[in-house]
Amino acid sequence: MFELAGKQIDSRFLLGTAQYPSPEHLRRAIEEADCDVITVSLRRQTLQDKANPYFDFLQTLPCHLLPNTAGCFSAQEAIVTAQMARELFNTDWIKVEVMGDEYTLQPDPFELVKAVEVLINDGFKVFPYCTADLVLCQKLVDLGCKILMPWAAPIGSGQGVREPDALRLLRERFPQLTLIVDAGIGKPSDATFAMELGMDAVLLNTAVAKASDPVLMARAFMHAIRAGRDAYEAGIMPKRDFAHASTPIVGKPFAAVETS
Amino acid sequence: MKLILNGEPKVIDDVVTLADALEHFELPSATFAIALNQTFVPREQYASIHLSEGDHIEIVTAMVGG
Repeated sequence: MFELAGKQIDSRFLLGTAQYPSPEHLRRAIEEADCDVITVSLRRQTLQDKANPYFDFLQTLPCHLLPNTAGCFSAQEAIVTAQMARELFNTDWIKVEVMGDEYTLQPDPFELVKAVEVLINDGFKVFPYCTADLVLCQKLVDLGCKILMPWAAPIGSGQGVREPDALRLLRERFPQLTLIVDAGIGKPSDATFAMELGMDAVLLNTAVAKASDPVLMARAFMHAIRAGRDAYEAGIMPKRDFAHASTPIVGKPFAAVETS
Repeated sequence: MKLILNGEPKVIDDVVTLADALEHFELPSATFAIALNQTFVPREQYASIHLSEGDHIEIVTAMVGG
């Protein structure tokens, strides 16, 4: 159990809802992931097909909804998208994404800071999707962010944690902050690694949705994230340069016995 | 009146307020949110917002996301 933006959350696994083979796969993946928070988004309403079964489907899921501002390339777009999402999904949670580069989908730190400042003043609980840059993160904290969502690697790339030292530094510098690794996780061991670094949670989508068996992969990630958290809390042994026998030496057979 | 609805030009008559336009397009309530000329419009203001020629209306609804 940990606190996330004013709510008590059991699971440290946050799951994206896009790219599943079917809504049923998504529903079962959420069950196996045992997650409490799922991300959602906005799209243009079509005039041809006015009913939105997905809207009704979302209401049936036993999860908190975390809307995102995916696809925004300016602070202003992100702010308006966040305000629309707040009304539509009836939540003040918002994952603020402002992209700065179409090829890497790298967050634009300058526009992100602008958007976050406005949204915090407007009463939102902000989840900023950011790079792991320490100074950017400090700026976001100074603006009042209680949560940071540094990337592991570009969205959908599956490259795993590319900058472990940067994440480790964020954990050291911001011990009270909620750090959620978002984007770039490819396999369960990547998620374990992120959690071993002391991250509070992991948010991922493609690694589950695009698996051959998304439901089974959701379960694999659930175990991996729990394992990583347990390891962090248990305290990981420091690395050594040389071997250190784990079996006691005392009483070892064939050892020379000193006589006096 | 010519309006730009989700990026597409639409010509509709006898429309004064945003609520009139939504009624014209027969959109179900509570499953969408609106921005007018890149500014969010809360649901309770639909009936009091007067539209002008060339207004840009964005109507969005829920979708999957990561």
